[in-house]
Amino acid sequence: MSKALRRFLDRHERHFLRGGRFEKFGALFEMVDTFLFTPSTVTAHAPHVRDAIDLKRVMIFVWLAVLPCALFGMYNVGLQANSAMATMGLTEVEGWRGVLIGWLGAGGCDPHSVWDNFWHGFAYFLPIYAVTMAAGGFWEVLFAMVRNHEVNEGFFVSSILFALTLPPTIPLWQVALGISFGIVIGKEVFGGTGKNFLNPALVGRAFLFFAYPAQISGDAVWTAVDGFSGATPLTLAASGGVDAITAAGISWWDAFFGTIQGAVGSTSTLMILIGAAFLLFTRVASWRIMAGVLLGMVVSTLVFNLLPSDSNPAMAVPWYWHLVLGGYAFGLVYMATDPVSASMTDTGKWLYGALIGLMTAMIRVLNPAYPEGIMLAILFGNLFAPLIDWFVVQANVRRRAKRHVG
Amino acid sequence: MIEHYLSLLFKAVFVENLALSFFLGMCTFLAVSKRISTALGLGIAVVFVQTITVPANYLINEYLLRDGALAWAGLGSVDLSFLGLITYIGVIAAMVQILEMILDRYFPALHATLGIFLPLITVNCAILGGSLFMVERGYDLGESLVYGFGSGLGWALAIVLLAGIREKLKYSDVPAGLQGLGITFITTGLMAMAFMSFSGIQL
Repeated sequence: MSKALRRFLDRHERHFLRGGRFEKFGALFEMVDTFLFTPSTVTAHAPHVRDAIDLKRVMIFVWLAVLPCALFGMYNVGLQANSAMATMGLTEVEGWRGVLIGWLGAGGCDPHSVWDNFWHGFAYFLPIYAVTMAAGGFWEVLFAMVRNHEVNEGFFVSSILFALTLPPTIPLWQVALGISFGIVIGKEVFGGTGKNFLNPALVGRAFLFFAYPAQISGDAVWTAVDGFSGATPLTLAASGGVDAITAAGISWWDAFFGTIQGAVGSTSTLMILIGAAFLLFTRVASWRIMAGVLLGMVVSTLVFNLLPSDSNPAMAVPWYWHLVLGGYAFGLVYMATDPVSASMTDTGKWLYGALIGLMTAMIRVLNPAYPEGIMLAILFGNLFAPLIDWFVVQANVRRRAKRHVG
Repeated sequence: MIEHYLSLLFKAVFVENLALSFFLGMCTFLAVSKRISTALGLGIAVVFVQTITVPANYLINEYLLRDGALAWAGLGSVDLSFLGLITYIGVIAAMVQILEMILDRYFPALHATLGIFLPLITVNCAILGGSLFMVERGYDLGESLVYGFGSGLGWALAIVLLAGIREKLKYSDVPAGLQGLGITFITTGLMAMAFMSFSGIQL
């Protein structure tokens, strides 16, 4: 089977090469080819890096690592929606999503049934993800064709990360707009994968956040039931500290397992830990960045805890709560570690991570306008990444120059 | 007291960054941000000039220009504030000239690094903007000193960050139509978006 496929691809390759009939679609052919088979091209010039996997497979590993979050996210979206419907006395999902859920074979909307919950969430996540893939893929392929570079799996990562950080109720046209902005302005105008300086998924997310705040923040968007409104634990923490969260009946373990309101895929710290273990084991993500983000957040929240918290209850929220609330863990594991937009040097990775951790805690605690801080903190860290690298390199140059003279 | 100054400093550097939230001083910001070392030099020069000119303009406004400022000379009903704009520019230009001469005479090494930027800064709208904001917001002497230093530092930070990013973008593959200034504008816009993380912070 695979041999026949290889032969088929080889036979038709000439049409897609320069001068061939379908020259314009060369990028598409290349995409299909390298998606199915490991490319046989080898680098002819230095630097040579020996590794079992290339850029494409690295990206697919990240995509695999996010998968647990996506699966659990779908279950949780359904769980939140079904629980809300149970309290509101609703039994049917209205509109085309209700029809879709019916087709998928979910019996009803029972919050105690994993099956019902999963398909309910699936009916929300699938359209978001499909629109992300279609709109983002359109731009990715268009740029690849016009500019004659390859379509890269980096897009798979950006698109799933983008989709998982959105609230389930987001209008689909906004999804398309957001990923278009992220892919085109955040990445393609700089030349595509590896050439950008900000995380494209976050650029799209931040664009939506500032352009349409009503559909992406607040109390009404996080549970996929019309007319249901409930503050997320993070908003509760900002207004009333940990007491407000526990008063709402949410324990630390709920937040850790992720059965709380939030963006589609970033609620479950447990699933993110599984992904993190996978990324660290395969050495795809940098442990220095992860440790830096963690340390930066822990240290700065400990400092905030020491300050008087009469006027601002968020000051007193301890670090182990910050860890499990909102998108902190998700950003730490999957977004801060984006190798393109992060610092490259080892010392730089620590500093870059620590800056993100510090900024997250600062925005969450000090900025009343935004309950969540990790998204903007990572973008902010991305800005500093090249500068941090420059200083690290300069220090290195000076040290070695001194050694040489001495 | 010290807390008040600290929060003003934080606000001037991050929340109300002259370059990235008011887009002031754009011409120098875009033109002299190709290399980090040059941007650092220019940034330090701006901090320097801003720290001196904002308090200087405060004194001039307070004792010469504003409504009733000349009461000490017996001219309590005179309002010269319409001369503000031209006076501030004159003061900035004079200050920069004097500063350049002092640096040239006593700190030749510093003059060698900052010297070329000083005339450039004279016509930088971030510098004038700093003075105008000071007048508009009614800062006192201590506040204008802190504000001058902070706004200069914020601008310097922004240009150094941009230079860092542009050095990295040298390896990018920007479409022909966007190369140079075009991609720098887009970069600046994206930077401003990341700096919006501070908007809304009340200190």
